[in-house]
Amino acid sequence: MSSPSRLKIALVGNPNSGKSSLFNFLTGLNQKTGNFPGITVERHTGLSKMPDGSLAEIIDLPGIYSIYPRTLDERIVSEILLDHHSKSTPDVVVVIADATNLKRSFLLLTQIIDIGLPTVLALNMMDLVAKSGLSYDLHALERKLGVTVIPINARNGTGIDELKKVLQQPLRTPSKNIFNIYEDAKKPVHELRERVGVDNDYEAYQFLEQPQSLNFLSTEKQKVVEEIRERYQFFPGKFQGAETIQRYTFIQDLLNEVTMKAADFSWKSYSRKLDTILTHKLWGYAIFFLILFLIFQSIFAWASYPMDFIDTGFARISQFVGNTLPDGPITRLLAEGLIPGIGGIVIFVPQIAILFAFISILEESGYMARVVFLMDKIMRKFGLNGKSVVPLMSGVACAIPAIMATRTIDNWKERIITILVTPLMSCSARLPVFTILIALIVPDQAWGIFNLQGIALMGLYMLGFVAALVSAWVMKWLIRVKERSYMIMEMPTYRWPKWSNVGYTIVDKTKAFVFEAGKVIIAISIVLWVLASYGPGDVISKAQESVLAESTNMRLTKEALDDRVAAYKLEHSYAGIIGKAIEPVIEPLGYDWKIGIALITSFAAREVFVGTMATIYSIGSATDEDVATIKERMKAEVNPETGGPRFTPASGFSLLVFYTFAMQCMSTLAVVYRETKGWKWPIIQLTYMTLLAYGSALLVFQALS
Amino acid sequence: MSSGNKTVAEMKPGEVGIVTGFFDEHLSVKLMEMGCLPGSPVRFNFSAPLGDPVCISLAGYELSLRLEEAATISILN
Repeated sequence: MSSPSRLKIALVGNPNSGKSSLFNFLTGLNQKTGNFPGITVERHTGLSKMPDGSLAEIIDLPGIYSIYPRTLDERIVSEILLDHHSKSTPDVVVVIADATNLKRSFLLLTQIIDIGLPTVLALNMMDLVAKSGLSYDLHALERKLGVTVIPINARNGTGIDELKKVLQQPLRTPSKNIFNIYEDAKKPVHELRERVGVDNDYEAYQFLEQPQSLNFLSTEKQKVVEEIRERYQFFPGKFQGAETIQRYTFIQDLLNEVTMKAADFSWKSYSRKLDTILTHKLWGYAIFFLILFLIFQSIFAWASYPMDFIDTGFARISQFVGNTLPDGPITRLLAEGLIPGIGGIVIFVPQIAILFAFISILEESGYMARVVFLMDKIMRKFGLNGKSVVPLMSGVACAIPAIMATRTIDNWKERIITILVTPLMSCSARLPVFTILIALIVPDQAWGIFNLQGIALMGLYMLGFVAALVSAWVMKWLIRVKERSYMIMEMPTYRWPKWSNVGYTIVDKTKAFVFEAGKVIIAISIVLWVLASYGPGDVISKAQESVLAESTNMRLTKEALDDRVAAYKLEHSYAGIIGKAIEPVIEPLGYDWKIGIALITSFAAREVFVGTMATIYSIGSATDEDVATIKERMKAEVNPETGGPRFTPASGFSLLVFYTFAMQCMSTLAVVYRETKGWKWPIIQLTYMTLLAYGSALLVFQALS
Repeated sequence: MSSGNKTVAEMKPGEVGIVTGFFDEHLSVKLMEMGCLPGSPVRFNFSAPLGDPVCISLAGYELSLRLEEAATISILN
């Protein structure tokens, strides 16, 4: 994607400065999300058409308040800006600043000017500046800062063309140096510049201040930095406080000079009024829970139509492929392994899209910061953080984007705990399993105005949530770290969400799910298909004969016979053998080897349970919509030991509890591996969730039977 | 950084003051980056329903922080 002649533009700015709006305006749908090489931070890049017709590459960097990083996300910005000699070094940095709050925005701006990359300042929210009666002398600002200043409005696109024009002109590195490096630091800075070859003083100074952000340097050079730091006793962040004060002194003088009229922030008073309601001790929580209820209601009510459509669509494609192509292993792999595998991913897209639409609206409007504010104290009791609310909410759709959303939590321990407990939130993949099992064991009766089955379903969601909180609380005591937890967070002014930004977020998150989870789910579904289709020796190829021999005088229809053959094949396949092998382990939970097979196959994705049940109970030819058929057949299944039904309330609830707690999702484990950079945490997560699931299911079955 | 000073954590809704210093060096660096500088005015807006965190106004915008963090900022009023 990066051709050498293409102009590389990096967008840098405070959170809530309108950076993503500007990025979306510059690139449109021409953007892609990937990862920065070697680390797990998302990299948003896109192409923008410049006035002369050429394409420029735009890199949207995470929002930061200063070049000194606080979180993983923020460190990437320092690394990109400090590394002046790599392929990804930007040709020009656009600093986007909230013009209604120049003081804070300028801390970052002055740091970036000193870094010595060509810089352009985009003053955003000029409409609000006008509203508050502020006015600036932009020429004086340009002169004092030594960079070009372009006023823009990233919400409606005003000024973007001018910005593009400026970006196309030959760019100079800033002529000014704003921060004067302290005498004590000059010697090591000069020595470092000579020995490592750094372009300017402030860049070298940053090498000394934040050695954790120097992964781009060769090992020898890192050693030199280390050696110089030790000799001069230059510990990380040594002069950071003093530097901040010096910069703010400069900024205050500058603002005194360029501000022609002081601000009147009374237009913001609506935001204060809203806060008195939205953070009220009664209304605040009532409104938050109402919003949560609305979100879940829409996920289940609206998403069911597209989901049904996708479900039948993929079933038809499978059928079509199976009937059209010549019969053989490849066709069967396509029709029975790959296509249903892809269908199993696509089916969750509607729910994920709806959930992220809501989350994005809440974030865009500024309300999410209030949710964090309301929930922080409660969450902290459980070893979590106010910011854990977003991942936990997202976990109801899918744990994968939810775990990726934990990156905003700056405390390592709180982030790890959030990652570990998020998969306990009941995700959409559990819903098909819950639906069929509840239909089987809970009577479809009204209980007052409530439906018993509905209450059971709701209870399972609550169970997952409570388990997440309790596990978090236990981990709070088990995981010991010295790092202090803090939460210093801006409360943005309320505003209407920008709908195109909401749209881009939906596309972005859905893509992340489809590609991240997709890879793993497809790989696993192929492996599972092999396990379920092949067995040792020639048992499978002789299945037809064996079944015929068994059922000569049963006068079966063609379909019934086919179903019996399929069930026979599954029983004698590798999956069937594993299912039988684990039977002694799962027997105390009330399961037999048939359920064992379903437990194994649903490791790719939980909803596979239903399909496996259909096959194993010889009703594979029943269409997927025929949940009733599967249900009737499961109801008729007899437990040979007791003579009663296999799915009693005891074994049914045991299975429900097992699915609520068990970590049956390879993709989630893969994402946790990526996010925590190692196998330690995914293994811990798999172990504790499996133990929790097994123990609880055992308890439920033994108590009820 | 004299002790016995009032801190942001002890302020009441609507109260204003001037930041005089910090009791925690590690946090002070982060707070100063956010525009909370000695000599700058600070207004206590409201606290969360459970008393913690709190929301303050400084440098022209609103910031929320935990009570224990607010207790590291000394003020004068």
